[in-house]
Amino acid sequence: MKIAKNKSAAQLPDMVLCGLEPLVVNEVTGFVNVGERANVTGSAKFARLVREEQYEDAVEVARQQVENGAQILDINMDDAMLDGEAAMVRYLNLLAAEPDIARVPFMIDSSKWPIIEAGLKSVQGKAIVNSISLKEGEALFIEHAKKVKAYGAAVIVMAFDEDGQADTYERRIEICERAYRTLVDTVGFQPQDIVFDPNIFPIATGIAEHNNYAVDFFNATAWIKEHLPGAKICGGVSNVSFSFRGNNAVREAMHSVFLYHAIRTGMDMGIVNAGMITVYDDIPKDLLEHIEDVMLNRREDATDRLLQFAESVRSSGQQNQAAQDRLAWRETSLQERITHALVKGIADFIEVDIEEARQQATKPLDVIEGPLMTGMNVVGDLFGAGKMFLPQVVKSARVMKKAVAYLLPYIEAESDGEQKKAGKILLATVKGDVHDIGKNIVGVVLACNNFEVIDLGVMVPGEKILEEAIKQDVDIIGLSGLITPSLDEMVDFAQMLQEKNLTIPLLIGGATTSKVHTAVKIEPEYNAPVIHVLDASRSVPVATKLLSKEQKPAFVASVEEEYQGVREQNDRKRGQKTFVPLEEARARAVQLDWSLPIPKPNALGVQVLKDYPLEEVISRIDWTPFFQSWELHGKFPAILDDSVVGEEARKLYEDAQEMLADIQNQKKLQCHAVFGLFPASSIDGDQTEIYEWASGEDRQQVKAVLHHIRQQTSRPANRPFRSLADFVGPKGQVDDYMGAFVVTCTGAEALAKAYEQEHDDYKSILVKALADRLAEALAERLHERVRQEYWGYAPAESLSNDALIREAYQGIRPAPGYPACPEHTEKATLFELLDATSAIGVTLTDSFAMSPAASVSGWYFWHPDSRYFAVGKIDQDQVENYATRKSFELKQAEKWLRPMLND
Amino acid sequence: MSQSLYNTPLESFYETLNRRIMFLDGAMGTMIQRHSLEEDDFRGDRFREHPSPLKGNNDLLSITRPDVIESIHSAYFEIGCDFATTNSFNANVIAQADYGLEPIVRELNREAAACARRAADAWTQKTPDQPRYVVGALGPTNRTASLSPDVNDPGLRLVSFDQLKEAYQEAALGLVEGGADLLMIETVFDTLNAKAALYAVNELKEQHGWAIPVMVSGTITDASGRTLSGQTPWAFAVSMLHGDLLSIGLNCALGAKDMAPHLKELAQHVNVRISAHPNAGLPNEFGQYDQTPEAMAAEVEPFCTHDYVNILGGCCGTTPDHIKAIIDMAKAYQPRPLPSKTQRSLESSHEDR
Repeated sequence: MKIAKNKSAAQLPDMVLCGLEPLVVNEVTGFVNVGERANVTGSAKFARLVREEQYEDAVEVARQQVENGAQILDINMDDAMLDGEAAMVRYLNLLAAEPDIARVPFMIDSSKWPIIEAGLKSVQGKAIVNSISLKEGEALFIEHAKKVKAYGAAVIVMAFDEDGQADTYERRIEICERAYRTLVDTVGFQPQDIVFDPNIFPIATGIAEHNNYAVDFFNATAWIKEHLPGAKICGGVSNVSFSFRGNNAVREAMHSVFLYHAIRTGMDMGIVNAGMITVYDDIPKDLLEHIEDVMLNRREDATDRLLQFAESVRSSGQQNQAAQDRLAWRETSLQERITHALVKGIADFIEVDIEEARQQATKPLDVIEGPLMTGMNVVGDLFGAGKMFLPQVVKSARVMKKAVAYLLPYIEAESDGEQKKAGKILLATVKGDVHDIGKNIVGVVLACNNFEVIDLGVMVPGEKILEEAIKQDVDIIGLSGLITPSLDEMVDFAQMLQEKNLTIPLLIGGATTSKVHTAVKIEPEYNAPVIHVLDASRSVPVATKLLSKEQKPAFVASVEEEYQGVREQNDRKRGQKTFVPLEEARARAVQLDWSLPIPKPNALGVQVLKDYPLEEVISRIDWTPFFQSWELHGKFPAILDDSVVGEEARKLYEDAQEMLADIQNQKKLQCHAVFGLFPASSIDGDQTEIYEWASGEDRQQVKAVLHHIRQQTSRPANRPFRSLADFVGPKGQVDDYMGAFVVTCTGAEALAKAYEQEHDDYKSILVKALADRLAEALAERLHERVRQEYWGYAPAESLSNDALIREAYQGIRPAPGYPACPEHTEKATLFELLDATSAIGVTLTDSFAMSPAASVSGWYFWHPDSRYFAVGKIDQDQVENYATRKSFELKQAEKWLRPMLND
Repeated sequence: MSQSLYNTPLESFYETLNRRIMFLDGAMGTMIQRHSLEEDDFRGDRFREHPSPLKGNNDLLSITRPDVIESIHSAYFEIGCDFATTNSFNANVIAQADYGLEPIVRELNREAAACARRAADAWTQKTPDQPRYVVGALGPTNRTASLSPDVNDPGLRLVSFDQLKEAYQEAALGLVEGGADLLMIETVFDTLNAKAALYAVNELKEQHGWAIPVMVSGTITDASGRTLSGQTPWAFAVSMLHGDLLSIGLNCALGAKDMAPHLKELAQHVNVRISAHPNAGLPNEFGQYDQTPEAMAAEVEPFCTHDYVNILGGCCGTTPDHIKAIIDMAKAYQPRPLPSKTQRSLESSHEDR
């Protein structure tokens, strides 16, 4: 047997096929495996799946083969019980949606031309047709070959002509040569795109004429490679072992031996079950000898000897390593599994994993907002970084949908079946724009997350969007646009919404849209949330927050604040004026509703709570910032299962728990609180008066004046300029109240020092971090009790720790030195009011920092519309005004206001 | 049977292409925007009563404001472009259905080609040593044959190969009737759409004996380096190269800097001429392209120094100033060498016809 060399082939370009990625067929690539299982004539299982329309499982058949190393997928739908054309198209379309399958080229396999043609119209890559032949004469052969060429596919030609299938060496080469000349000379087919199937027939059948079939194939292969430049050889390998059905050990060895010899003679690709081939060198010597005797027709009695020997060979129980590797990810943590399933688009196990997550979660919705969103964020990040492409993201969305569908009954059960849909979202591409692919993807992703999506399509005039939004009572409107003029349409639409005084949140998306444009041009036009959504994967968290009663206020506030910052930065870039005069800002203060009944505190005056019970404080700890202080970023408790930092976070958490137990048992740290609730009124000039409480409520004797700062950077006409002064009822109009508090956790500094002396820096940092958390937790707990008992304006409030952390309660407790009241000297007023230093031992340094460091102070405001905000930058007129109010020198005022001054 | 382009024998066209880099024009949409046209301009008298809004349907301007379109083509010829790309990006029944203008699609294409033809003939007369050519643009349509719009039904397709083929044939017939010298299947984001277009065009070529050269230009949509339908640049080329192409290349979505690695991939593997018409950088937050002509030319220059290209032009955001800067820069460079014998024999077979 000689190794064929194709002399002239070197001058021809390589054969290149492709799916989403190219496949070069040449010496370097070597033998190409064609997966054979997606074939209704060859696989009973696949045939059943297709007949029963279990296409999801049928797609898995393809995936397994690609994972097992198939480089091309053969697809055959020739079944009398099937509409072969429809099945071929449907299956190819489904495969196109699976990027990890569609990356390989497809082999469109049928004996019926219409099925082949339907297949060719459904593949974007360069496919290979299996097969055409001279069976029905040259005219039809030419016609089909021309079509294959026009559709841009390579072709397998079966060694078959008008007289029948070639079963000898001579007939094989005769037919192949004739077909080759016709294709190259008459049709103009590229020689490198021609593949011959010189017929692999069963051997060792007991019929003497069959004994030389394999040898004839090898010789014909060598001849073709020698004489027909560029042509390739392919064949269906499992045919050769047909007579050993049921004995897989022998069959696998036969396939391997056949390929060993066929490849040496020049076979380029074979249709094989990639999971059913033994490694040639692994075949036991005696079995190999018996098989080669048959394969190479070396002895008269070869067949009988192999049959006898075969009895003694049992099917090897080899484990399928690929299948094992494929499932390795199942061993990872829950979050990793969920993320893996979303990133890879594997829906097989998602229900199992989601059930596990559901059991761990407080409520089923947390599974969506926690582990699933964590996974989708990974998808979003990968997409943003170009490491995933669109079809993959759509697959992720499908897995997400399956997960949500699984959770839905539980979510509904919890909400007494009321909340069927997460919300109604109307989507439209604006007038003048016909692009809708991105919008469709957003619709798909939202629908997967249980939102009801109403898609008005493309080129939708604003009037129509408005009309439908009102008629259908939607919760959110999403606008999409790809071209620049669409940006103006969006601005116009925001104005229309404002003219109608609507408050439906508006989402902006599409390729030309941007946060800056949304913040600068669209958001100012509409006095309701207007939010730019970067890509489809971000649409779900945004919509979810907007429709959550608990999360919406904080989210909307943070977006408004962010956009204000964007506008300021944009103004600065464009050198525009940024401030309005202080008087104008004051005239546009927030107008709260003071017709509400004003809740009088149950206990006026100052109270001290020393040695607050630690277990009560510990239960209120917000762990997320604890991890942040160790540079571990992620939300608690999801962070414990994080694929990157999870292990470290878990260890840290365990150590913290251990130390907390110790602190609690040994009373190593102490928590104290002082707070007061006072009669108060706001007066002109952004000030709040606090009145003497002991003398009853005559509100004559002013105990302290608080000096607030007001937002002053220019903003849209309908936006207020906020100040904390706005959150206390105006003097003369209502008799209002406010409060103040200081809490502390003492003992940590001494403890930390002790650890440092033991050279245990880790514990030293840990105890300080825990003391910080305890102080914060006490502030949270105290605020809760103030609302429920001491002030008592929310006696029935009952919130989980999660809800507390999300600030889902009524009222706020801004801290001096933080964005709403950024000037630190006000802390002195607060401390004086409460006599905090003598009450609980907290002191203020020269720069108004609190000592011990694990202390928290702040003001209480009760009004339901009071909210956190950032003052931002202020102008010189306010600095001067502030100096006057506080009796500061201007320089002194500038020093304390430095961070708020415009540079 | 035509042996030549409109004014030029095919042979001399190929001779020019072998001798130097040739130049496509720049953006049409960006130039139209400068005219600040209103609904009335788009409608003209003829479509005054049309039931749906027409503003934004740039393709319609070839009929209602041919003066504007012709002047844009002339502006590009004036700074030295060899090719005018017709104003027909959305002129197919699939895209025009959104405006209810399916019945006039063939006319839209014919008039688009005619606008470019008039400009090309005028400039060929002015500069006989530089004949100007009309490239009939076949856009991607706004439907995808390889992607499902519905996540619940990944097997769904809103448009079929046959529908696309029919749409492209109507467009191509109009373009050739109006005087297109070449056809360009451009801004390909779904290769199956482009394959339908190529099939359509090649069928017409066979039926009518056209010798019209065909260019194909794909679009790498994002940082993944793939087409929207998921193919790598090389796979995209492999899927199209059966079609007897004058050139294959990339346009749109990316600026020259981001396009370079993908052009390199094509140049490494592809045996035909290569074209590139990138955007003027990336749009800013307001959707405007603010890359200067000089900056763009500097980013395009590596295409020439590395022998990536034979044909250069510009896409979104480019203006005559940009293209002029590119021409001034690229004049100093040789075109990508014509690859193999196979390609030459393929062309001679063209000329034999």
